[in-house]
Amino acid sequence: MILSRALPTLAVTEALAAAVARAARPGDSILLEGPLGAGKTAFARAFLRAAAADPTLEVPSPSFTLVQSYATGLGLVHHFDLWRLDGPAALAELGWDDALTDIVLVEWPDRLGPLRPADALSIALVPTDAPIAVDTPVTAGGDAARTALLSGWPGRLGALA
Amino acid sequence: MDLAGGRPVLGIESSCDETAAAVLAGDGRILAALVASQEASHAPFGGVVPEIAARAHLALLPGLVRGVMDQAGLGFADLGGVAATTGPGLIGGLIVGSQMGKGIALAAGLPFVAVNHLEAHALTARLPGLVPGGAPFPYLLLLISGGHCQCVAVEGVGRHVRLGGTVDDAAGEAFDKVAKLLGLPWPGGPALERLAAAGDPARFAFPRPMLGRAGCDFSFSGLKTAVAQTVARFGAGALEPRVAADLAAGFQAAVAAVLADRAGHAMAMFGERHPGVAGLLVVAGGVAANGAVRAALGAATAAHGFGLAVPPVALCTDNAVMVAWTGIERLRLGLVDALDVAPRPRWPLDELAGAVAAPPPPRPPA
Repeated sequence: MILSRALPTLAVTEALAAAVARAARPGDSILLEGPLGAGKTAFARAFLRAAAADPTLEVPSPSFTLVQSYATGLGLVHHFDLWRLDGPAALAELGWDDALTDIVLVEWPDRLGPLRPADALSIALVPTDAPIAVDTPVTAGGDAARTALLSGWPGRLGALA
Repeated sequence: MDLAGGRPVLGIESSCDETAAAVLAGDGRILAALVASQEASHAPFGGVVPEIAARAHLALLPGLVRGVMDQAGLGFADLGGVAATTGPGLIGGLIVGSQMGKGIALAAGLPFVAVNHLEAHALTARLPGLVPGGAPFPYLLLLISGGHCQCVAVEGVGRHVRLGGTVDDAAGEAFDKVAKLLGLPWPGGPALERLAAAGDPARFAFPRPMLGRAGCDFSFSGLKTAVAQTVARFGAGALEPRVAADLAAGFQAAVAAVLADRAGHAMAMFGERHPGVAGLLVVAGGVAANGAVRAALGAATAAHGFGLAVPPVALCTDNAVMVAWTGIERLRLGLVDALDVAPRPRWPLDELAGAVAAPPPPRPPA
């Protein structure tokens, strides 16, 4: 089953992230897929702010640090960004096995290879092709339209429909 | 009391992709400095691969330390202390560098200084001869690198006040990611600047996130997304050289404008904290090497009546000179760390107050 959700604005993205946070529990893996600039970190930030019930929680990009951990109302949430990895070899060094007992949010999950959790919720963020001329100024920035394709979470995906 | 007794200090840096060692005389003169960059080994992956980083630090560091000691003509017994970056950064590299530093300190009976990488960047401006007048406290630091992006009021050793920082991506991270979008090789920053030199910065009007906003926080994620969306409009495959150059120039102009605007706000905030102080803006981090950024910051400091100090590129990017110098500054104040201090991947500058003055370990009998 694949659930498709249109995300015309950042506010709708944040509402979906909050709904995922309400459904999440320790042991869950949430994989955020999509190209550079698709809104993965923005989604993760909204999830963490909802989970921590703190709308101003600082959630910097973990591209450099690879993982940042947050204490939330759902227990610990580990925000991984595997962009700089070439494969799963370094994951052990990052405490991947221990993190799986809590909630993990993973950007660039293709780097997980065989370590990809089978029961994960996958959220693919697809920038919406806008029929605009090449020389139209880009002003929307992070608030551009995209579509989320949700899959996985056997038996639980309906809660997000 | 200077715990180093005016003797030379060894510095070790291994928090990201540079492995470095340096020996400074007690007065801060650089006696020897070596940097081994892992750029080449990382290039195929388009980034810093941390597992490789830890192993490479382990392979490189003993030779680098031996090299600087030989160049300086010193043995460990001639040193007055050992300083090693202990955070923030990638945990593997931090373990390798700090443990080596502690091992040398223990074996030679020297005081050990656990250096915060951010403080090392902050104190670099105080190296003798770098800034006319020697950069007395307080001054304003703009740290712009791949992993860090923040404005800090540097008010003393261990006394730093973060005025603002990025709410999402660091400036250097934005350079690296946009460079990747444009199909440029790692490291992305210098390649992007070379490409931008031939481009028209006005063709693509990219957003300038946070421009004019109160405070001095940064945001680069929306700008990165705007570049990604624009690149996507040109379809799959390699960009025409002309288009790529214009995209690079437009992006670089947007980053420079944002950094200048945010630095302007930071200078105003610094002025309110320290009225009557002759303002000095010190820039550190790899992004400081970018010519467009330096030019924009030059204009901003002139407009605010601040001086601008941009250390030479080799001292702006990660290096061990700044680590040894921080060791000297801390040892002069009697600040030393215990050998059981743990590496800290996250170590914000305002958590530095924990440094405690303690007597150095006894020197072993000669």
